[in-house]
Amino acid sequence: MKVLVPVKRVIDYNVKPRVKMDGTGVDLANVKMSMNPFDEIAVEEAIRLREKGAATEVVVVSIGPAKAQETLRTALAMGADRAILVTTDDAVEPLAVAKILKAIADEEQPGLVILGKQAIDDDSNQTGQMLAALMGRPQGTFASKVEVEGDSVTVTREVDGGLETVKLAIPAIVTTDLRLNEPRYASLPNIMKAKSKPLANKTPTDYGVDTTPRIETVKVSEPPKRVAGIKVADVDELVAKLKAMGVAA
Amino acid sequence: MQVYDAPLRDMRFVLHELFADDGFGGLKKFEEFTPDLLDAVLEEANKVAKDVLLPINAPGDIEGCTYENGVVRTPKGFKAAYDTFREGGWASLASDPEWGGQGLPESVNKLVEEMICATNVSFSLYPGLTHGATTAIEGHASDELKHAYLPKMVSGEWSGTMCLTESHCGTDLGLLRTKADPQPDGSFKITGSKIFISAGDHDLTDNVIHLVLARIADAPAGVKGISLFLVPKFMPNDDGSVGARNGVSVAGIEHKMGLKASATCQINFDDATGWLVGQPHKGMAAMFTMMNTERVSVGVQGLGINEIAYQSAVAYAKERLQGRSLSGAKRPDLAADPIIVHPDVRRMLMTMRVYAEGCRALGQWCARALDAEKHSDDPEVKQRATDFVALMTPVVKALFTDLGFDAANLAVQTYGGHGYIREHGVEQFARDARIAMIYEGTNGVQALDLVGRKLPANMGRNLRPFFHAVSNLCEEMAPKQDKALKAYTGGLQQAFGALQLSTATIAQKGMKDPEEAGAAATDYLRLMGLVGMGYCFLKASKIAYAKLAEGAGDDEGFYKAKIATAGFFFDRILPQATAMFLAIKSGKRSLMALDEAAF
Repeated sequence: MKVLVPVKRVIDYNVKPRVKMDGTGVDLANVKMSMNPFDEIAVEEAIRLREKGAATEVVVVSIGPAKAQETLRTALAMGADRAILVTTDDAVEPLAVAKILKAIADEEQPGLVILGKQAIDDDSNQTGQMLAALMGRPQGTFASKVEVEGDSVTVTREVDGGLETVKLAIPAIVTTDLRLNEPRYASLPNIMKAKSKPLANKTPTDYGVDTTPRIETVKVSEPPKRVAGIKVADVDELVAKLKAMGVAA
Repeated sequence: MQVYDAPLRDMRFVLHELFADDGFGGLKKFEEFTPDLLDAVLEEANKVAKDVLLPINAPGDIEGCTYENGVVRTPKGFKAAYDTFREGGWASLASDPEWGGQGLPESVNKLVEEMICATNVSFSLYPGLTHGATTAIEGHASDELKHAYLPKMVSGEWSGTMCLTESHCGTDLGLLRTKADPQPDGSFKITGSKIFISAGDHDLTDNVIHLVLARIADAPAGVKGISLFLVPKFMPNDDGSVGARNGVSVAGIEHKMGLKASATCQINFDDATGWLVGQPHKGMAAMFTMMNTERVSVGVQGLGINEIAYQSAVAYAKERLQGRSLSGAKRPDLAADPIIVHPDVRRMLMTMRVYAEGCRALGQWCARALDAEKHSDDPEVKQRATDFVALMTPVVKALFTDLGFDAANLAVQTYGGHGYIREHGVEQFARDARIAMIYEGTNGVQALDLVGRKLPANMGRNLRPFFHAVSNLCEEMAPKQDKALKAYTGGLQQAFGALQLSTATIAQKGMKDPEEAGAAATDYLRLMGLVGMGYCFLKASKIAYAKLAEGAGDDEGFYKAKIATAGFFFDRILPQATAMFLAIKSGKRSLMALDEAAF
């Protein structure tokens, strides 16, 4: 069974983002970029499935600027087998990504597509779900546990009320949550090997997908600064204040 | 707080840009290691350093190693960290692929070592000593010993030590008493007591392989009668597993000022079985193969602590609010300005910064020479590299560790009272850095090695590659019209002049009276180090200007900062060269004037 793992190059999770002066977006000049942490978990899960013998090949895909090649190399260094880079300088939106992934899945015929539940730059949380719809296959989102048995996969999902377990027929789409696993450090020998692993260069047109953005960003601004709180003398005053603010009846 | 993120941009700068034309590069053996691959290696090493080694640095210092019933334990978390480190292949980064190593160049290895030493210098000792021991075994041991020990040691499954010091002899190894009795089967029985043995015993590996200096029964007196032996803690079985315990026991661990998570052991050898490494009575030569690699690495310990001290001080200086800027409030929205606004705080931060950047560059130059010395096909390049390494080894060791300690000290000062208490982890840097000025030959011994051995060797040929590089750069830069570059070049020329004159003085006076050379040694080493760093900063500035002129894009900030940082070095640090020159010129007279009784 083949596992397909899409990975996105995003602003590093340690970096404190700054909004551009003109309010058109986040300033990415000179900012450290890394693999989206949820995608890293997805790569790790796919490699573990291969190590357990449940999968035979891990193929990673990235859709984005040419530099996303570094992100793919990171995934290869972790242990993925080969990579596909779909280069576009457009700001990629979930639907376009899902369409490209659908086309790649048609070619590659993976048993599982494991995606991060969302990317930490735009927090869309849509691609996995859209891909499942486009492929007409079942989805197990926000996974905290993934077990493959024969031609089905059991996914434990983190939902508001606790954990929900679903059993999906393969091929299926899984999106990862934070607690699924702890991604490994790439070993030195694997970093060296990553360089010679195959990486195919593609464009969205190869898959007949138009990546022109459909969403217009009107304005990006910093979150409002937190203002100092106030001290209340007792519970009565607290309740009174809350009532006055209209948040308690 | 201990703050660290490897200075990857500066590392890439020294690795790919600064020395592209030093004549030591372009080694066929390393062609496969393309820049993007090396960058990926550095990036992952940074993750391991800051996410695995840094979190156990302060706790390891507080807990320390323990010794109970002859068993040594490292602090909590060290075993797990060592396993992650070893399984990732980091322990064998620069080792020969023949024995299972990754075969990366020293130029990269030294940068990774810097990260490890910055984030956990105690930890660095365990793989560091092993690497040194494998170098000595590779260079001098029989094929049989190599096959029996190198694969396990290179992989990090077994660790190594070097056992030199005894309670009555450290610097003067000619006095050592440990005995080696030849056995009919060709092995030896080793008996004696060693102290100060770094990584001497611990719970990180299944076996510990000691390289022990000892005297064979009929050996000549002094250093010419010392041989080197390989003595395992457990005898290895033919299948590579560990067998019976050898006659090696730990009598205790040292109670030290710092480096507390590194197990420094007193070791007794009682009729322990050992095998000769190299020729009888030639143990010092074999041990020095290991010592030279180790000395450069000890210099890198100083550099690593320098860098983390700098980063930790910067973090604090930016957030500690105290008083107002002398030129009026810079942050009127806050109760006070962050202390980074003050010139004296800047002085400390900039000093740490130029020490770190200067040493990183100079260390990289030396590491490239180490690679060329070992791997160049061109005999002329090989010779030049060998000469340069010989000259620079004592400079790197002593200069980097002196400056590393100074930087740690400045970090404590930046934190004020909060640096003196343990909670912020900054005083640990000063305690951990202190030993590097002492072990692997004290910095005083390094200075003597420089003036006593390295200068006169081969009629002064060791100086040539360094002096030629400096004078060529000065010549090239002298006609430049840019104001900053002109000033930098003038500064370097002056310091270089002081170095040349001092060299001549030492050569003349030292020939007649060795005490004159001894009296000049430490100042002379610092002077050479200052010129070496000055050379690197001028060269870096030259490259930075060129890159800015052609449009540096995202890197503009980096190059501009490089030029400004160099400016501080030329204005505030390099002028110390004049003081060194005057001190050297004064000779030994005032140093030796007092009668011993007057002390």
